[in-house]
Amino acid sequence: MSQAPVGQSVATPAWVVATKWLLIALTVLGCTYLSWRAVEAGSWLIVTVAAFIAMAVLVVYATGRGITLKYLLPGLILLTLFQMWPIAYTVATAFTNYGDGHSLTKEQAIEAVQAQSVRPEPDSARYGMSVAIPEGETIAEADLALLLSRPAAEGTSGDNLLEGQELFVGTLEGLEPLPADGVTLRGNGTVGEAPGFQVLTLVEANERAQDVAEFAVPLEGGAGIKAATGTQAFVGRTTTTYDAAADTMTTIDGTVYVAHEGNFVPQDGQGPPLPTGWTENVGFDNFSSIFTDSTLRSGFLKIFLWNLAFPLLSVGSTFILGMLLALLFNDPRLKGKGLYRSLLILPYALPIFVTAIVWSAMFNQDFGMINDVTGLNINWLGDPWPARAAVLITNLWLGFPYMFLICTGALQSIPNDVKEAASVDGAGPIRTLWSVTMPLLLVAVGPLLVASFAFNFNNFGLIYLLTGGRPFEATNSQVGNTDLLITFAYRLAMESGSPNIGLASAVSIIIFLIVGVLSYGMFRQSKALEEVN
Amino acid sequence: MTQPTAAGAPGASGAPGAVPTDDTVSVRTDGTVSVRTDDSASRTVGQRPRTGVWWRHALAVLALVWALFPVAFILSAALNPTGTLNSASPIPTDFSLKNFTDLFASTTFPYWTWFKNSLIVAGLGTLFQVFIGAAAAFAFSRLRWKGRRPGLMALLLSQMFPALLAFPALYLMFLRIGEVIPEIGLNTLWGLLLVYLGGAMGANVWLLKGYFDTIPRELDEAARMDGASHARIFFTMTLRLVAPILATVGILAFVALWGEFMLASIFLLDQDQRTLGVGLYSLNLADRNKYFGMFCAGALLASLPTVAVYLSLQKQLIGGLTQGSVK
Repeated sequence: MSQAPVGQSVATPAWVVATKWLLIALTVLGCTYLSWRAVEAGSWLIVTVAAFIAMAVLVVYATGRGITLKYLLPGLILLTLFQMWPIAYTVATAFTNYGDGHSLTKEQAIEAVQAQSVRPEPDSARYGMSVAIPEGETIAEADLALLLSRPAAEGTSGDNLLEGQELFVGTLEGLEPLPADGVTLRGNGTVGEAPGFQVLTLVEANERAQDVAEFAVPLEGGAGIKAATGTQAFVGRTTTTYDAAADTMTTIDGTVYVAHEGNFVPQDGQGPPLPTGWTENVGFDNFSSIFTDSTLRSGFLKIFLWNLAFPLLSVGSTFILGMLLALLFNDPRLKGKGLYRSLLILPYALPIFVTAIVWSAMFNQDFGMINDVTGLNINWLGDPWPARAAVLITNLWLGFPYMFLICTGALQSIPNDVKEAASVDGAGPIRTLWSVTMPLLLVAVGPLLVASFAFNFNNFGLIYLLTGGRPFEATNSQVGNTDLLITFAYRLAMESGSPNIGLASAVSIIIFLIVGVLSYGMFRQSKALEEVN
Repeated sequence: MTQPTAAGAPGASGAPGAVPTDDTVSVRTDGTVSVRTDDSASRTVGQRPRTGVWWRHALAVLALVWALFPVAFILSAALNPTGTLNSASPIPTDFSLKNFTDLFASTTFPYWTWFKNSLIVAGLGTLFQVFIGAAAAFAFSRLRWKGRRPGLMALLLSQMFPALLAFPALYLMFLRIGEVIPEIGLNTLWGLLLVYLGGAMGANVWLLKGYFDTIPRELDEAARMDGASHARIFFTMTLRLVAPILATVGILAFVALWGEFMLASIFLLDQDQRTLGVGLYSLNLADRNKYFGMFCAGALLASLPTVAVYLSLQKQLIGGLTQGSVK
């Protein structure tokens, strides 16, 4: 602030001061608590961040300096942690092969490979076993976990004891005690229910029989726990040896595997790599594979073109309909405008998760309302072109009220005397509309149209909920005919059989770049940058 | 929400939304051409031929049919006692609340928990977003400091890259945070809320700053002469004067957060943690034919808050979106 106070300072009420210090104290205490939790878990990054936040809060709010920062700090911290950092992290991930089979560090991967090769020994310890997945995930895709139980030895204590059984949970990362709270045991001593897990029935577990057979919980010193039967697991010794000096793996039959691009591959080039790989820096591989890999390239190009066409056509169609309606209602003699407007706005007021799903139901070929009413028999969501039309029709319905609103606002702000001037000069209503009203309207709403384009460019909700990107290419089930880049990236990372987060990050980065170029062009057009004072 | 609202959840890339009105103003200055007539004169000069307005009503009704038939479809499906998609029709044939009672009684789909979760996320998110945005706008509009201009530019630029584009990283990040502090990790409302707030400062800063700029600076000067501190000016004076834009921004933020789907679907895995959007989607995914009636019943109730907000405040919104906000 440039000017110092001149008059008598007004005394700050005591409760305000008290509240301020209470908030500061709570923040610092909260950060301390977080740090303590993070230290226990060994996460130094979180400790650093929490300490930094506590210090920043103290410096900014407990002293009289830095008035500006007092107003910016909370927003800045949130912006840095949850928008800037994730973007930087996405960039970093785009240069790795992170994904299914490549989510561990190399050390963890070696342990996992060794654990997978364990063989039972005559006196192997046995556990009662239930196969489980994290609660709420789908059986087909979720990471497996083994819930293990064994009779507790005399004198053992801990929170993982239940009815004389010692409980553990085994994942790819190792074996940990399973707190007995809320756990129930079956008659044979295996875990029947555990909070946070969905215990699979034998039938359900059978769906993942292959994965269960390959699944192994690594233990110290090259040992591991593997499933023996449907309800039993054994502890065994590894049969695969790792040679740290040569960075090679040797299996029981003598095959030597060498480390190559995040996997152990056979040295002689024959046969598949070992199943567990690790995260590795792959440079520009993800980017270059988008542009060089033949299936990926054609799919990407197709999605990219539709990603440009869809927002353009959407903005165009919604704007034309919205503007026509705004013109229609822009007549002082028309009665009941308020009611019409309230009803026309409804499509815009409904949440996307309602409208997109309802439209998807209406486009259903067999019993959807569109085919029923129009008497057509179009496979709206199953054929490429009808699906694209369905997306555009739906978005026209969803988007025209917005255009109607902003055109109404803009029309009201065009002064009457301009139109009168045109009329005095002998222009008819059509000519006035075309040569006077329209240009002024476009100038007023132009930037909003650009914003609308930018929004629809990444309109994930609509596509995901309406078509899910379907129909898919016959040759490549990753590429949908109505996919946008953002839904494509989402499928790569979250939904495909073998998620490839590195590749999805690369697609995200490409979206960043496209959006960046488009925004730059837009800024050049608008005077926004010069208007800041 | 299909169109950008200037108040973005991380989903909406809404920054440019606030730009136009400078042009609107220039429309006024450029557009004010020679002929200046008073109101009565203007009516006689600019009068159009009297063709009646019945055709406007006819077209308006046509537009209403287009706008409302899906709404009618939802209504009739929600009230249809059979409750399946293949029995749904655009005109209600039967009336029953069975779908509603089925939905509320369902234990697989905890509808009221979803509703509560949505209220928590959208409510708290709106509150924080408005407050953080207002504080930032105050700093950019009222305080003079080095780096103000580049700061504003950087903030605007950051809005070009909404958090949802960084979803792979957000997923990994919160997976790891969850291993250390499960309360704010994946599958929690609080983690999701934090991500939503990442864009809070930038989302509406243009809209807000524009309005803040319209409050005469002399008021601040006078208050300072009287010895008021910056905090007192902000909390007791400025915030009251800018209440209209805070309301507009609040509405936009609430509606955007209420409808946000992508990040919620990445974050919220358990039925008990889900918001309405993700929850209703899971209902639809489970069996889109059998549960269609229940889905529509839930969808109707889920739409009530946003519809109520829009209908009661549409005048304010038209004003906020197009004029008077950035002058």
